Amino acid sequence: MKSIILIAGSRLLVALLTVFSVYMLLRGHNQPGGGFIGGLVAAVGFVIFAIACGTEDARKALRFRPTDIAAVGLGMALFAGIMAAIWSDAFFTGQWLFINATPEDKGIPLSSVLIFDVGVFLVVLGSVLAIVFALEEEV
Amino acid sequence: MSWYLSLPLILPFVTAIICYLLRERAIGAWISVAGSAVGLVAAVALMALVLDHGVVAGQMGNWPAPFGITLVADLLSAVMVLITAITALAVAIYALSDVDARHGRFGYHALFQILIAGVTGAFLTGDLFNLYVWFEVMLIASFGLLVLNGGKEQIDGGVKYVVLNLVSTIIFLMGIGLLYGQTGTLNFADLAIKVREVENQALLTVIAMMFMVAFGVKAAAFPVFFWLPAAYHTPSFSVSAVFAGLLTKVGVYALMRMFTLVFDHDIGYTHTILLWVACLTMVTGVLGAAAQSDFRKILSFHIISQIGYMILGLAIYTPLALVGAVFYLVHHIIVKANLFLIAGISQRLTGGSDVYKIGGLYKASPFLAVLFLIPAFSLAGFPPLSGFWAKYVIVKASLDEGLWVVAFIALAVGLMTIYSMTKIWAEAFWKPHPDGIEPKLATLPGRAALLVPVIFLAVLTMVIGLMPDPFVEFATRASVQLLDSTAYITAVLGEDAIAAPVPDLDDLPTTEILEVEQ
Repeated sequence: MKSIILIAGSRLLVALLTVFSVYMLLRGHNQPGGGFIGGLVAAVGFVIFAIACGTEDARKALRFRPTDIAAVGLGMALFAGIMAAIWSDAFFTGQWLFINATPEDKGIPLSSVLIFDVGVFLVVLGSVLAIVFALEEEV
Repeated sequence: MSWYLSLPLILPFVTAIICYLLRERAIGAWISVAGSAVGLVAAVALMALVLDHGVVAGQMGNWPAPFGITLVADLLSAVMVLITAITALAVAIYALSDVDARHGRFGYHALFQILIAGVTGAFLTGDLFNLYVWFEVMLIASFGLLVLNGGKEQIDGGVKYVVLNLVSTIIFLMGIGLLYGQTGTLNFADLAIKVREVENQALLTVIAMMFMVAFGVKAAAFPVFFWLPAAYHTPSFSVSAVFAGLLTKVGVYALMRMFTLVFDHDIGYTHTILLWVACLTMVTGVLGAAAQSDFRKILSFHIISQIGYMILGLAIYTPLALVGAVFYLVHHIIVKANLFLIAGISQRLTGGSDVYKIGGLYKASPFLAVLFLIPAFSLAGFPPLSGFWAKYVIVKASLDEGLWVVAFIALAVGLMTIYSMTKIWAEAFWKPHPDGIEPKLATLPGRAALLVPVIFLAVLTMVIGLMPDPFVEFATRASVQLLDSTAYITAVLGEDAIAAPVPDLDDLPTTEILEVEQ
């Protein structure tokens, strides 16, 4: 079943959802959001694409196999935890780098927590899509 | 120091990721072996540290307990992590020959490593919620491993397994919620202090019973063991070996942890129920085994009966009984995993797993027969093998308490175990193959990878049996730690955590008790 309305709508929606998922991911540290919810939103984008244009096109658009994305995400999350060893802190201790920090302002904060969150994002995106694609293709 | 605690968890995850990304290639199996070997080194290092320093605790992410994620290793946790790593290495080597490339492509090695991570996490975690999380990790990985073959039988076993385990998980989660409502904490050490301040001690007993049911399902105790014999004979042999060795023991470990550290407020009630559960588990397990004819089904029912002994040790709740329980736990993992691995070799040689339809294994290889006899007799409790000492300590502990009936049941179950083992011996090993096949071990492809772990585990059983002293001494130290939670609590919460003890009602004069009640 291919619906022209859905295909036309999906072009807008997929782009919007993907951008919004990155926004959710980045605001996650201090506000509602984060890797998990961001990953879900991104997955919804690809799911709409898969429903509109078929899983074959969705897989091509994704470029990598969903389970590989999940595995790499798990690796990133672990890496973020292991990074703490360099500063001889406990596993998963957040490491921070403040660029252009002044006494009043913390500048641009970069942290290992963000790497962890990106990892979670990829794990959620990959595993949800692996399940949804498998279910879609079964029929 | 916290890295000693986190490394046994990190390593299986790293190995799993590499195995998964390389699943198309044959090298995945070898990475699993290498990862397990490094994991064993990490477990040994943790063990050495715990032997040296006593209870070790680490706060992940540097958030202090009771708010952060705490990993704790006392002697019991450390030895369970070590034995998990040993089993993982043995099974990973066995899988080199047992698991074909097709299963490797489906992610067998990755799932196996995640299962090991889940088991290790459950042994190391210092709070109840993370125990739940690690149970889930184990459940997901083991479900994946169960249905990997994709046959009707596997799906059938897998669904029963998952449904019954999910019921247990729900009860567990409800118990966690109620306990949190009563105490406001889920950290084991913090709980151990806070449960004494709970006003409604009767409600606490109800919560304790919920945990008993939840962990009882995981441990396959009577009357909630049905999922185990329904599932364990279906997957590949390396999978069922690691299931048989480790998964139910996580339930027993959780029971031991919770009912020594947290729920020791009403021992007369909870531990009496445990005593009955233990006896019934032993008897039903061994009777179930007597009725079976499938190699792995016999062994599966024996897991249940042996779980009874471990729970018995916890239920009697004397120092000696706990020594027996700890000793039993360690000995049984090695023996049971080994028997399942041997069942796998037997299947390869004879082409079947129903003992009445196979035979000729002794003629195929007397060496394999000896390798079978060591764990089989150890399971039944023959001296001088490891099972003898484990049973001896438990029976002695029950006699010391004057529990004559319990001691009799324990001994009778041992005798019945021999009956099943003789059945396997007489049918699978002694009689000629009914189809006239003459199996030969010498021509079996990939036999080195199959035999090395079996020999390794058999030698371990022999060593524990012939030199029990250091092991019993170790188990004694572990049980002392279990009974006196001071070291555990101070390791997690710091020295001043139990500086202000809550007044015990029994110590107060009667008049004051009246005042308290008013």
